[in-house]
Amino acid sequence: MLTFLLNGETVEAEVGPTETLLDFLRERRAMTGTKEGCNEGDCGACSVIVTGEDGVARAMNACILFMPQLSGRAVRTVEGVAGPNGELHPVQRAMVDHHGSQCGFCTPGFITTMAAAHANGATNHEDQLAGNLCRCTGYAPIIRAAEAAAKEVVPEWMNETAVGSTPPYPMPQSSDEMAAWYEANPDGTLIGGATDVGLWVTKRLQELDKVAFTGRCTDLQQIEETEDGLRIGAACTITQVLEAVAPLFPSFAEMLRRYGSTQVRNAATIGGNIANGSPIGDGPPALIALGATLHLRKGNARREMPIEHFFVDYGKQDRRDSEFVEYVTIPKQPDTLKCYKLSKRFDQDISAVCGCFNVVIAGGSVARASIAFGGMAGTPKRATHVEDALIGKAWSEENVEAALAGFTKDYTPMSDMRASAEYRMQAAQNMLRRVYVESLGIPASVLEVHP
Amino acid sequence: MSVGKNTAHDAGPLHVTGAARYTDDIPTPRGTLHLAFGLSSVAKGAIKAMNLDAVRSANGVVDVLVASDLPHDNDVSPSNHDEPLLATGEVHYLGQPIFLVVASSHLAARKAARLANVNFDEQTPILTIDEALAANSHFEDGPRIYTKGDAETQLTTAANRLQSSFEIGGQEHFYLEGHAALAVPQEGGDMVVHASSQHPTEIQHKVAEALGRPMNAVRVEVRRMGGGFGGKESQGNALCVACAVVADKHRVAVKMRYDRDDDMIITGKRHEFRIDYDVGFDARGRIEAVDFTQYARCGWAQDLSLPVADRAMLHADNAYNLDHARITSHRLKTNTQSNTAFRGFGGPQGVVGIERVMDHIAHHLGLDPLQVRCENFYASGGNISAKMKPQTTPYGMDVTDSIIRELVDTLEKSSDYKARRKAVSEWNDKNPVLKRGIALTPVKFGISFTLTHLNQAGALVHVYQDGSIHLNHGGTEMGQGLFTKVAQVAAQSFGVPLDMVKITATDTGKVPNTSATAASSGSDLNGMAVLEACEKIKARVAAFLSNGEVVFADGLVRFDGQELSFAEAVSKAYQSRISLSATGFYATPDVQWDRIKGHGRPFFYFAYGAAVTEVVIDTLTGENRILRADILHDCGRSLNPALDIGQIEGGYVQGAGWLTTEELIWDSKGTLTTHAPSTYKIPTASDRPEVFNVALWDGENRAETVFKSKAVGEPPLMHGISAWTALSHAISACGDAYPDLDAPATAERVLRACQRLRA
Repeated sequence: MLTFLLNGETVEAEVGPTETLLDFLRERRAMTGTKEGCNEGDCGACSVIVTGEDGVARAMNACILFMPQLSGRAVRTVEGVAGPNGELHPVQRAMVDHHGSQCGFCTPGFITTMAAAHANGATNHEDQLAGNLCRCTGYAPIIRAAEAAAKEVVPEWMNETAVGSTPPYPMPQSSDEMAAWYEANPDGTLIGGATDVGLWVTKRLQELDKVAFTGRCTDLQQIEETEDGLRIGAACTITQVLEAVAPLFPSFAEMLRRYGSTQVRNAATIGGNIANGSPIGDGPPALIALGATLHLRKGNARREMPIEHFFVDYGKQDRRDSEFVEYVTIPKQPDTLKCYKLSKRFDQDISAVCGCFNVVIAGGSVARASIAFGGMAGTPKRATHVEDALIGKAWSEENVEAALAGFTKDYTPMSDMRASAEYRMQAAQNMLRRVYVESLGIPASVLEVHP
Repeated sequence: MSVGKNTAHDAGPLHVTGAARYTDDIPTPRGTLHLAFGLSSVAKGAIKAMNLDAVRSANGVVDVLVASDLPHDNDVSPSNHDEPLLATGEVHYLGQPIFLVVASSHLAARKAARLANVNFDEQTPILTIDEALAANSHFEDGPRIYTKGDAETQLTTAANRLQSSFEIGGQEHFYLEGHAALAVPQEGGDMVVHASSQHPTEIQHKVAEALGRPMNAVRVEVRRMGGGFGGKESQGNALCVACAVVADKHRVAVKMRYDRDDDMIITGKRHEFRIDYDVGFDARGRIEAVDFTQYARCGWAQDLSLPVADRAMLHADNAYNLDHARITSHRLKTNTQSNTAFRGFGGPQGVVGIERVMDHIAHHLGLDPLQVRCENFYASGGNISAKMKPQTTPYGMDVTDSIIRELVDTLEKSSDYKARRKAVSEWNDKNPVLKRGIALTPVKFGISFTLTHLNQAGALVHVYQDGSIHLNHGGTEMGQGLFTKVAQVAAQSFGVPLDMVKITATDTGKVPNTSATAASSGSDLNGMAVLEACEKIKARVAAFLSNGEVVFADGLVRFDGQELSFAEAVSKAYQSRISLSATGFYATPDVQWDRIKGHGRPFFYFAYGAAVTEVVIDTLTGENRILRADILHDCGRSLNPALDIGQIEGGYVQGAGWLTTEELIWDSKGTLTTHAPSTYKIPTASDRPEVFNVALWDGENRAETVFKSKAVGEPPLMHGISAWTALSHAISACGDAYPDLDAPATAERVLRACQRLRA
């Protein structure tokens, strides 16, 4: 039996292991305010507010949120954003007053996302709303509404209280419990934020019955800053990682700002991002460039490896049955990291090419270079030929140009709907040129240009 | 005054609380069944064998239908009877529905639909414009050609001549609400259909045909759509017909909604175009003659492709007077989704064509493209004296209402275009990697359905004895605010507050024989029909109250020195047995058009506007952003400036998306590989211009439209073209050659163009 709060009221329900919150709301509770726009977490029409044990309100996509993930949590849907007597929430009032809805179908998702941001005092409206698509308004009146509402106080009815619960499906509370469960269930599936597994269910129509959820594995939800660097638990969300790396590696954080959307970053875990081995995940190239170490666990056995060794081939990782990603550690280092995410659209888009450069210059020469790419091979992969061509040489335009040939030795990218092979290669090479021109102080990011 | 106010969308409070009901939100009767289509996995071929055993025996499956199970017409085409609901032996595109699963739930139907074992005799599909041309695969007998003057001769004598060709990609509608329908069987074999459709009458018509019953046995209701943009003009027919046929067979309610991927794979989109041009011009850039050849990729069925391609031809002049022009249009039949209406309906592709020519001429002559544009604008309507012959379009229509020169002059100043163009150039000199660009493009858009008989509308207005008003008309609400505007018209007519007017769902049982809510015509047509109905009721009440003047204003009725509240007046009228219900009807005057000859007056009037966009590009990756947009747009005497500005802002961003990040890609087998928002990228909040100034032109429609307003739905989409031409301008900072940019100008295309110029 699942217990959670829905718009302030305790709900107890028998749920399937991969039953989505969206289907639960619409089909079992006849709460049709929350909309299905894409059923894959890319449009935000199904956004709801989920408040966890920490009391923080987070926007999430209900279409790829499995019911067991809500155990003990508080969910607020668009139906619960207005006050008990029907008083409109400030974001609702502002959206009406500023003509922020036209067809209205995306509006419930905007309202919940805006209300979550409002509750948190977040005013970076474009980033907060990057996961909510609107096809009618051109966004201008929505942003105006968000700006107007930001001045209003958070209504008291938005406060959530915790609810005690026993999870209906395995939800290991520690790394030890997780290891034990996975040992006993080598054919099971570990589910972090379900931003990928969710699509196995909603799009591939796969049925998963043997699952465990990482959402309560508190020791793996910690990020520790030690003398050696950062130790990031695999169950940390991308939102947590972004906050942790922002002061240390701002370019990494800027790339993560564009990773998925607010809703996706609030759910997706760094462990999932690594373990699924996608060649176009944005976490691994940066972690490789930073010289991160991956810590794996199987039962009580642990091993570690440089993270790039984990990615063996397309769809193949160096992970044994019942073994899981426990931590990733980033060694302490001065920040020289540059991350470039290239996609058709800036926000909420999967990278065509993600290039991460950690080039250390000492005395005008390249002392060290660690360069890794996503989207250029079947796995996230280092550009060793490029690195070799740079290391020990003067950091000069001539040497950078000479190193470009290394890319064709390191990579044979493919063509797909995101980019052609030629473009990927050219863009990857030009990213190294960008590192160089930026080191000279020449502006090279369109995101930093303003009217 | 209700008209002219910034009234909020009538459903705004419902939208923001989640209470606004869409088709999939309607509570369903007990036992409602759900449908999913089984789709073709090849783009062209014959079905050799279809084993549906696994589908039939899947969990929750109640029935499976193939074409031969359909009781009557197997057709969902809006035009040519060439679009079977379920394939009949041959398949014509990858994604074509070939069988229909009936199941106890949406999920069970989707799961079962994937279990079919279909054996195809696969043939080589015709996917591209080149392949269609090589195979001479056309709709209609051959190319349509409109001519004015003698382009052929004039081209040979022109001082300068340019010839080129470029591609314009299609566009997925991406209405946030996917297609959905619910059919509820009634007594005696009647059927009620709830649809997400811009065209309830056509749904009624197609459902009646499919059930083998007269239209009076079918009633279609549409409260609202979660976006339409043309994508719900004809593409909803299949779902509604499928639901009705199964509801009729099983005598239970039946619902169908497309999963997003299915929606994108099954339904048609904006037509891809290739445009060849051959233009002659003088030293100032004045066009002496132009010859356009437009190739439209229509997909597998005719759908609305002929009028779409016609409208592209009709907008090949945009705002420019062309003395000698030839426009040739090929409507190519391909094994892809059947392309359909999309905001602008072919017009935008025509406009992109001539804006590209303006840009190219200016580049060739080394002039500011704005100067070349101004050189070619139609003369102002205000300056046409009685003895002057007005300028005519290439299809022989007099242009008597042009304000483009005045409007562009105003925008040029308000946007500080000249100084900014200079600043852009200086900035580019200082920045080796990033380059800015700026451009101004105009739009002149013809308002009316080019199929003349569609320019009609009906309304039904009831006044109840308590003074409350029930309003109905043939238009549908898809977010554009039509219901709000039309209610403003009714409130204005009766002189009552807007909250006395109840706007009700579009219903084929209330107003019959309606046209699609399309061609930007919603308020023009339905507003006038509603006005007529209101005026009829007012006239009856007035005649009953007095022989003298009766004034309806401020919620009061004044006559013979007396004053009654509106409610009192109508209550008295009721008690004296005066009818308080009326229908209204409107047919647009003066339009007549011969689409084969390409001559006549297809449009009642033109709507005008112009936009200035400034962009920045990265010449290392091609990444690009819109920095600022300034738009001045002509809505006549706006019925509701706030809603009109909403259409302009939204249209601009949608148009800019079409020409930048929105890229449709098919693989060599004909699979649409961009079939979800994960791969098909419409603009997000940060893609809108950081500075976004939108203003309405202060004027009124010269034509007799409802309160002198102008249609606004489609024209602003074309303001997005200024983003595309601004990108071309930015790229031109990389070298001397012409950027020769195709659309959409993705980062990849922008980089390719930069490299070509730098090579």
